[in-house]
Amino acid sequence: MDDIIAEQKDTMSEQLREIEELTEASYEYGFSTDLDTDIAPPGLTEDTVRLISAKKDEPPWLLEWRLKAYEAWTSMDEPDWAKLNIAPIDYQGLSYWAAPKQKPVLDSMDDVDPEIRDMFDKLGIPLHEQKLLSNVAIDAIVDSVSVTTTFKATLAEAGVIFCSFSEAVQDHPELVREHLGSVVPVRDNFFAALNSAVFSDGSFCYIPAGVRCPMELSTYFRINSQNTGQFERTLIVAEDDSHVSYLEGCTAPQRDENQLHAAVVELVAKDRAEIKYSTVQNWYPGDENGVGGIYNFVTKRGRAHTDAKISWTQVETGSAITWKYPSVILQGDRSVGEFYSVALSSKRQQADTGTKMIHIGADTTSSIISKGISAGHGQNTYRGLVKAMRSAENARNYTQCDSLLIGSDCGAHTIPYIEVKNPTAQVEHEASTSTVGEDQLYYCRQRGMTEEDAMSMIVNGFCREVFNELPMEFAVEAQRLLSVSLEGSVG
Amino acid sequence: MLHVENLTASIAGNQILKGIDLDVGAGEVHAVMGPNGSGKSTFAHALAGRDGYEISGTVTLDGADLLDLEPEERAAAGVFMGFQYPVEIPGVNNMYFLRTALNSVRKARGEEEVGARDFLAVAQEAMDLVEMKTDFLNRAVNAGFSGGEKKRNEILQMAIMQPRLAVLDETDSGLDIDALRIIASGINALRGPDRSMIVITHYQRLLDYIKPDFVHVLVDGRIVESGDHTLALHLEDHGYAGFVNHDLDNVPEQRLSAAVL
Repeated sequence: MDDIIAEQKDTMSEQLREIEELTEASYEYGFSTDLDTDIAPPGLTEDTVRLISAKKDEPPWLLEWRLKAYEAWTSMDEPDWAKLNIAPIDYQGLSYWAAPKQKPVLDSMDDVDPEIRDMFDKLGIPLHEQKLLSNVAIDAIVDSVSVTTTFKATLAEAGVIFCSFSEAVQDHPELVREHLGSVVPVRDNFFAALNSAVFSDGSFCYIPAGVRCPMELSTYFRINSQNTGQFERTLIVAEDDSHVSYLEGCTAPQRDENQLHAAVVELVAKDRAEIKYSTVQNWYPGDENGVGGIYNFVTKRGRAHTDAKISWTQVETGSAITWKYPSVILQGDRSVGEFYSVALSSKRQQADTGTKMIHIGADTTSSIISKGISAGHGQNTYRGLVKAMRSAENARNYTQCDSLLIGSDCGAHTIPYIEVKNPTAQVEHEASTSTVGEDQLYYCRQRGMTEEDAMSMIVNGFCREVFNELPMEFAVEAQRLLSVSLEGSVG
Repeated sequence: MLHVENLTASIAGNQILKGIDLDVGAGEVHAVMGPNGSGKSTFAHALAGRDGYEISGTVTLDGADLLDLEPEERAAAGVFMGFQYPVEIPGVNNMYFLRTALNSVRKARGEEEVGARDFLAVAQEAMDLVEMKTDFLNRAVNAGFSGGEKKRNEILQMAIMQPRLAVLDETDSGLDIDALRIIASGINALRGPDRSMIVITHYQRLLDYIKPDFVHVLVDGRIVESGDHTLALHLEDHGYAGFVNHDLDNVPEQRLSAAVL
């Protein structure tokens, strides 16, 4: 057992080293593929919403839903409570629709546009058949339109539906209609309303009752076109007694302008169902001076019914701005919510991220493990709400927030909100702040490790509790991303 | 093997080492003793390459200059330091740390890295030496270790790294008598014709177990007296009082002649 773990770690650190050599601190995915793109003129009006809906050949109820969201959005203001310093966003200066012109309807990988395949190769996404044997089905998204969905057949056998959101709208309208907006209503917040009005594509996943999804489902998002916001929508419905693990990875090419990304993810875990949702987010963070980088405003929320469990794990290393609070509504009795997070802010990155655990049912439990890393001029804020409603008899929460500071120009902030309305509820909050000490680095170096290796080891050790929650493949990627992101922050 | 000549070290303008001369031959064990604040730990860190000191003088190991090297390069050259206060690294598995350390120096020397399976055998042998249980490897580096466990971990690391020169900084401090015995026997087992050791200590106690070839007295940044192991016994009886203020007149005749050696 020890051997196996050590062996895996060996491979990990080997890969890590290779990547470090290859990247040398510059953003690895900063290339831009020259795809022939169908792009809408900038601006957002009711007509834009109608155009998007028409382009996607959507049923009238969905158009109405979008228009309702648009109307709500026009009357809302950007939230300003986060500890984020954001340059004004010109929502009318953005284009809300971009799709590769050669809209593919594909039977196999061979039909995929070679340039798109090439791009995915650079990203290292295992789209090729042999890599697919690693048991990961991928719904790859380029600028909002799902290009290809793999392993659909295998999943279909199990009764699992895993497809692009647009396809789901066409093929399973009743499922989409029932659940869309059921966890995150259109009026929920400014960015959710915006997304609801203009979302272009995303992933849809449905696990029938009693089914354990035979493989981990994975989606890679990637923003490609210049000046286009990406608004994807993800909906996962797990029926009674089902189980699914879902992986989401994100990268974006290097751009000078700030790009807007406002996604919504909704999870529905019915009775005794379990959804595990893991994210590795590596959008372009901008450069040392804060030029460029993705603005990432994401609303993620799940509803857990009786005895259901929803677990969020996120590794956030990218984006200039991260505004994200994956949450769980613990509605059913004995439901469980978990949030494991590593958020790294280096260069001029700012992250305001955390979770909301809303305890409604009796005997509900939630745990929050948050690891914030600040380096360079990064600012990292944990913001979390734990709420026990009057009905939440014996609700339990445990929260642990650890911050790690690297260098003297960065900041770490912990802002917990606790609202308890039931006297039997128990809420625990622990927080710590530490620095990567000269002593630790020196100790490792005296044992022969380079300063970079030592830093990487110490930071990965700090994040270990969260990485343990990630599927192996993702844990490797997360470690790798962390050390790439930290390059140049030593010494 | 180790040659130190007129080594000085200052930190923030405050001179701590004021010209140390020392030669350590292959296979020799030298004890460096001295009162608090005499510069013993600074001497160890100066050899290991800690940042933050202004250093002058000469230090060579097997003829190669050490002072221009980074700490990790000195480690690759065979310098090992046993820390007085070993650092905790939460979340980092001890075995992973040890193997990374070993492989880092092996890689720097152009040697083949050791795989997980082979390493386990190496580690097991080293653990027997300091009477460590296997679960020790699965804990985070020094995190939650008792004082004795931390010091044993240092000797375990020395056994794995197989250094050319080991500088052990107060490895005996904070140990009960059983732990002291285990650590001393570990150190003795690691003595060899190709390995030199500098054992820094306050007390004679450790030297009851590890008989040094030479004993040096460090006072106020200088070696004021050198001799064989009987010098340590003398210190045990008389303390350092005779050496502070460089009052060498109080030192017995035969000790002075030893210093001339």
